[in-house]
Amino acid sequence: MGEDTDSTPALNHHGFLPDHNYVTEADIISTVEFNHTGELLATGDKGGRVVIFQREPESKTEPFSQGEYNVYSTFQSHEPEFDYLKSLEIEEKINKIRWLPQQNAAHFLLSTNDKTIKLWKVSERDKRPEGYNLKDEEGRIKDISTVTSLQVPVLKPMDLMVEVTPRRVFANAHTYHINSISVNSDYETYMSADDLRINLWHLDITDRSFNIVDIKPANMEDLTEVITAAEFHPHHCNLFVYSSSKGTLRLCDMREAALCDKHSKLFEEPEDPSARSFFSEIISSVSDVKFSHSGRYLLTRDYLTAKVWDLNMESKPLETYQVHDYLRSKLCSLYENDCIFDKFECAWNGSDSVIMTGAYNNFFRMFDRNTKRDVTLEASRESSKPRAVLKPRRVCAAGGKRRKDDISVDSLDFTKKILHTAWHPNENIIAIAATNNLYIFQDKLNSEMH
Amino acid sequence: MEVSAEAKRIMVVALGKLYSSRTQRGGLRLHRSLLLTLVMKSARDIYHAAQATAQSAAPTCEPQHPAVNVITTRPAAAQGLQSPASHPAEESRTAGSSTELRCAPHAHDHAENKENVCPSGPAQHSRKRRGKAAAEPDFLPCKKAKLEQVNCHQQLIVSSVLSDYVKCSSELRTAPTPIPVQTAIAAC
Repeated sequence: MGEDTDSTPALNHHGFLPDHNYVTEADIISTVEFNHTGELLATGDKGGRVVIFQREPESKTEPFSQGEYNVYSTFQSHEPEFDYLKSLEIEEKINKIRWLPQQNAAHFLLSTNDKTIKLWKVSERDKRPEGYNLKDEEGRIKDISTVTSLQVPVLKPMDLMVEVTPRRVFANAHTYHINSISVNSDYETYMSADDLRINLWHLDITDRSFNIVDIKPANMEDLTEVITAAEFHPHHCNLFVYSSSKGTLRLCDMREAALCDKHSKLFEEPEDPSARSFFSEIISSVSDVKFSHSGRYLLTRDYLTAKVWDLNMESKPLETYQVHDYLRSKLCSLYENDCIFDKFECAWNGSDSVIMTGAYNNFFRMFDRNTKRDVTLEASRESSKPRAVLKPRRVCAAGGKRRKDDISVDSLDFTKKILHTAWHPNENIIAIAATNNLYIFQDKLNSEMH
Repeated sequence: MEVSAEAKRIMVVALGKLYSSRTQRGGLRLHRSLLLTLVMKSARDIYHAAQATAQSAAPTCEPQHPAVNVITTRPAAAQGLQSPASHPAEESRTAGSSTELRCAPHAHDHAENKENVCPSGPAQHSRKRRGKAAAEPDFLPCKKAKLEQVNCHQQLIVSSVLSDYVKCSSELRTAPTPIPVQTAIAAC
């Protein structure tokens, strides 16, 4: 695991003045996603913008600049909208970005806000046709009388330009707020999930979608749980999983029925009665679910823990990792300042041997499933000079033995939360979103997965 | 009792958050509203349970309570009972229900007292001024005398099950503007 982690300087998302603590809300990063090769990294923010970073090809002449990520393209994906019928404003915040596997020279990604999903085509243009017969170099129509011979236009090289165009807009299918999108392994369909329903779309068809899960009760007063996240199985195009606010996971098979309200498998851990408190329901709500790359395991995140589940065992998780158990006695205060509602994401590494998730104070945690070792690291400007090695951090419980450099629970900054993290599909490169800053850490020593 | 004060505070905070979420950009968040409602319901249930236990055993919210100084295990309980006194709407409700509750186990005494009191009724009325007739009837058993060790233990059992809250409450800042609990419960 990354003992010697190299860091690239923090990639400033949009115009953050380093001398001021003030952060424009629109610049807060709301999602981070690598594409299938790891060459591209996309981030979405609260202002509806998407920024795509591209990894520089490794060059033998400058070994230290190998594999750094630079801005490739920026575009406005979603704009604020107004629903006139309900008198509600629809936020432009990008909730999720998912890349499509690459099938030709262009790249495609899906981005979604609360109500609308869009398919974007990202393509490069490095040649330009010149020598038109009817237009001159500036594009003005030529006087026909001056044309004495015909020529075939030729393609001439030009400065690289990255064009992003919207190819599909999938709208008006969700009454509630969309929390997840997931591309199917068949590369033809994808699903979008809101609080109560999951819809299946075909990537080429925008005017209709199929509802595959509907947990809305006949009487809304009987509502007891909502859908919090959903994902397709990485290999089996008929299987998907969705998590609920009650802490359960449901695996559904689309071959069984058109409406997958009845689950194939229900993953639920019985509640520990001794740990019962006012806030048990809130902290057991699953905020993220991810299939392992192998498809054999599920990773879930609730407020205090991360759990690995085996698809073959429904009764309890295979492994439970305490992310920040020292917060268990602080739930009351975290409820008052709203932090208890924070939704943390989680990630697998490429070989499914390490899991990662964020915490407060710009800390993020990594757990090695094999060695059972874990580490807490910090994403901050001070600790992330280029080529700096990240130092493991420790949080000591209030009143506990305190070592030098330890942070006590009471001095944690709860406004600095790492909700969104991503891991390169093949290498030990991670992307961490800390409010409006994106940090990319690379493990130079152990760049191969093991 | 600390638990019921805790539960009330949580309910009040939940209500505040629900109200403010109406004006939030992007519309009502169903997941968040559901979680707040669940917290409020469980706090309400615990509050009612704590109140019921407190009323079936404990004295009222009279400020001069000699037992408070003597019984060290009950200061929280006394506090909890005194806080409802600050909410006029609630006081009438708890006083009413406490009368009800007390009637059942002490019906026997009540009847006895009535028998004792009634014969001298007219004589008492003539002696009392009109204003005092509207005050709390004096045939109700004196609440100060109701403090018993048995009931103390009952209170402690309730507290230990919910010991989490006792720890929590020490971290809480001053409560937000209090909303009468009746309104809170009606809204559930």
